Amino acid sequence: MTAAVTFEDYSIGYDRNPAVMHLQTVITEGSLTAVVGPNGAGKSTLLKGVTGSLSPLSGQISLGTIQCKDISYLPQQSEVDRSFPMSVGELVAMGLWREVGAFGGIGRAFKNRIAAALSAVGMDGFARRAIGSLSGGQVQRALFARLLLQDSQLVLLDEPFNAIDAGTTADLIDVVKRWHGEGRTIVAVLHDIEAVRAHFPDTLLLARELVAHGPTEKVLTAENQFRARQMCEACSGPPHTCTRHPL
Amino acid sequence: MWELLFQPFADFGFMRRALLGCIAVSVGATPLGVFLMLRRMSLTGDAMAHAILPGAAVGYLVSGLSLGAMTIGGIIAGMAVALLSGYVTRMTSLREDASLAAFYLISLALGVLIISTRGSNVDLMHVLFGSVLALDDAALTLLCAIASLSLFTLAVFFRPLVLECADSQFLRSVSQLSAVTHFIFLTLVVMNLVGGFHALGTLMAVGIMILPAAAARFWTTRISGLISLAAAIALLASFSGLLLSYHYSLPSGPAIILVAGAFYFVSVVFGIQGGIVQQARTVRTAEF
Repeated sequence: MTAAVTFEDYSIGYDRNPAVMHLQTVITEGSLTAVVGPNGAGKSTLLKGVTGSLSPLSGQISLGTIQCKDISYLPQQSEVDRSFPMSVGELVAMGLWREVGAFGGIGRAFKNRIAAALSAVGMDGFARRAIGSLSGGQVQRALFARLLLQDSQLVLLDEPFNAIDAGTTADLIDVVKRWHGEGRTIVAVLHDIEAVRAHFPDTLLLARELVAHGPTEKVLTAENQFRARQMCEACSGPPHTCTRHPL
Repeated sequence: MWELLFQPFADFGFMRRALLGCIAVSVGATPLGVFLMLRRMSLTGDAMAHAILPGAAVGYLVSGLSLGAMTIGGIIAGMAVALLSGYVTRMTSLREDASLAAFYLISLALGVLIISTRGSNVDLMHVLFGSVLALDDAALTLLCAIASLSLFTLAVFFRPLVLECADSQFLRSVSQLSAVTHFIFLTLVVMNLVGGFHALGTLMAVGIMILPAAAARFWTTRISGLISLAAAIALLASFSGLLLSYHYSLPSGPAIILVAGAFYFVSVVFGIQGGIVQQARTVRTAEF
């Protein structure tokens, strides 16, 4: 098994306050990994670190054969301006950026791919609708269609199923599983432990430090989850009071 | 009818020049106004327009009412305020609106001070309110060149610019163009404001940029529709504003902007995309 992402004594955070400390683990290529942990455990920060938009405070991260352009990232709060006069098709077409760039034309072949991506997320016939007319769940579906077109080796999802109805979540989990079947590496920050147990083979339990990483049933034990909560509470004070826990 | 609408332009060269100047300003500036509005930067446009003043004033100090000096000074001052306020926003805890307001108020005061210590009130009025009825060849060439350049640049950078407005986070994640696009956009805005200030004055230049865009927003939800409708409104406003100013001896800059304002008010009331009448109707349908 080759490594997709390798963390070596990796610390990352904002303004020199680490949100994640001394992470030492490997996410293997083609794995479907859930990142789980209490609020403030550094889950979102970790994903930003992988995208490269945030540099490590210390330690190293290596992406193996994956290059920056092979990563797609769906942030927790997508900053899509939904009042912008733009159609769903145009929003999804952004996913083709790496292929067509700023100036390339979007011909018939690309249009077919856009339609196929919309269809894959259950949004047939929405291409011409304005993005302002969509519900929250439909926006998330459209953003998944955009991810489909990005066609990346490494897909990072930050709480993709937050505030979304069960039907949409089920459809989007199917999309994630299809990516997994295609051999892509997927890392998703999730809160819903039941969904993690049901659909995600691997779990990385984080509480500013690594609690456990491995097969989901071995990681999500009551003992580990309790430890994660305790570690986060211990760390909720000023940064300097936060000492390293023996693992 | 002919006499009322076209005779002034047929008879007087200065009216034809004024119309051409206004057409150039309308075509060049309104697409930028649409993007300013969509990026919730309408007031930024206003602030930049004021910020141009001290630059133009220094140009005026150096070489009197010279087109080139005032243009270059205006562009330098506008870009300086745009970049400095962006820098203060990023480096300090002050939000962008506050830092922009601070910079433009300072530069406006500075500009008025410089002009009034050295020039006459007529000059001050010229800079503040423009002189569309006295555009010379050089000024016309400048306005047309700015309009052509900004239309060409917009056409080339249209896609990154739309993406920068709609989802800049995504653009940053797939491309290096985000910062470049923002900078080019600000440059175009400053250039068009400087061009517009020769015709309409610093205080009015931003009106022809923002008002047509704001009016168009009530009629269409497509960006292509917004841009063409805004340009059409600006052209109509220029034409009728000039006629009004001719027939009733009104100052032309404010007349043009007020016609654009009239389009805006009509749109607010009757617009089919969220206008007052339409909103009232939807509420009534919802009640029954």
